Formats: sequence, C-alpha cells, structure tokens
Amino acid sequence: MKEVKKQGGLNAEIQSRIGHQLRAMYDDVVRQGVPDRFAELIRKLDGPEAAAAQIDDKNDGRD
Amino acid sequence: MPLTDSLRDDILASVPSLRAFAISLSGNGDRADDLVQETLLRAIANIDSFQPGSNLPAWLFTILRNLFRSDYRKRRREVEDAEGNYAKTLKTQPSQGAHLEFEEFRAALEKLPQDQREALILVGASGFSYEDAAAICGCAVGTIKSRVNRARSKLSALLYVEGAEDFGPDETVRAVIGGNGG
Repeated sequence: MKEVKKQGGLNAEIQSRIGHQLRAMYDDVVRQGVPDRFAELIRKLDGPEAAAAQIDDKNDGRD
Repeated sequence: MPLTDSLRDDILASVPSLRAFAISLSGNGDRADDLVQETLLRAIANIDSFQPGSNLPAWLFTILRNLFRSDYRKRRREVEDAEGNYAKTLKTQPSQGAHLEFEEFRAALEKLPQDQREALILVGASGFSYEDAAAICGCAVGTIKSRVNRARSKLSALLYVEGAEDFGPDETVRAVIGGNGG
C-alpha cells in the first residue's frame, strides 16, 4: 500500500489530481456559457437606476 | 463608469465563471443562478463605483461572495438540498464510475470550511492570483495562501488518505471534463 506523505509537502500526484478535479467541476459550468436570462437582463437594463429598482422589487417580495 | 455597451459585454463575459463560482459556493444550481442574478443587478446598480481599468471579474466576484456570505449561507442552512443537485447542473452525463468519483469530490469540497473552500476555488479553479483572491475575500495574501494549503491538505485527507490506489483511472477524469482533457 502506498503511503501519502504527511509531512514536508503533500504528495504531488494527489495535489495534481485535486487540481484537475476542481477545474473539471468548475469548467463544466463555465462551458455552459451565458444563460439567456442573464443576457436579456443585462441588455434590457438601461442603467444603475433600473437595476436598483429591480433589487427593490425583489426585496419587497421577500419575507 | 457609465454602463457602456462594451462594459455590458465585459460583464456578460464574466457570467460563466460567476455561475461556476456560485455553484461551487452554494452547491445548488438554482440558488446559484439567483445569486448570479442578484450580483448582476447590484453590479449595474453600483456601476458608478467601478474604476475603469481595474479588474472587473474580481469586482464582480467580490459582490457575489459578499452576497453569498450575507444572505445565501444562512438560507442554505434552512433548506438542506438533496445530494446530486450539483450533478443536475451538468450538461454532460459522465459515466457511472466518473460520476461517483465526481460526487465524492464534490462532497469532500463541501466538507471544507467556507473560508478554505472559497480560497481554493478562487485560486485553483477561477485562476485568480493570490493577490486578487485576497482582495476578493478582504484578507491578507498570506491568509489566502494558508487557506489554500489547508484546503488542499484536507481534501487530500478526505479523498486519498487510504492510498493512491483509491484514485479512479485517468479515463474517469477525462470523462468528467467531457473528453477535452486527452
């Protein structure tokens, strides 16, 4: 049975695998691109006031 | 700065990574998209405070992180979501073995303390420098480095402490990333 180094730095292969899995998980979402709802949201907002108004609306609807 | 078309484009270009960050933080696709929406609204509402030429993604990530911290974290505790929510956000369906390994990794990531998880994601997946990650989290660079190191140690212990033979074969990793890794 191989042993993981506990001291003086982690096993390099394990660290490489963790990095790989982390990026795989993350990039899977990144590759989905921009959902339509966000593209629309940003296109239709005229400016800061419109965005602030939407935040207020949302908070009013919240408990 | 004013909300120019090019600034809109730049904000949109950050949406995919904002979503990935939000899902990594919240572990839930639907909630993550609400978080992204709120981030975009707040960014545009406060666009006058964005300094032209400064790091737009880092600014957006800061807003998202603060929102998550202030609001979403406590709400998440109220509604414990079923396992596998993250997998539902995936377009590709990894093979069974890859899926299992992927779920194990995700579950281990969720066991990390919040501070460590976000530091690891920002540096290890989002690709921010330690300096940018420190600015996003509002802490010292040394603190980020130490959190990333502790996160890696803990993941390593959770996933691989019993030995390297527990690793899935390389094929499973490639399947998870959709065949682009080979």
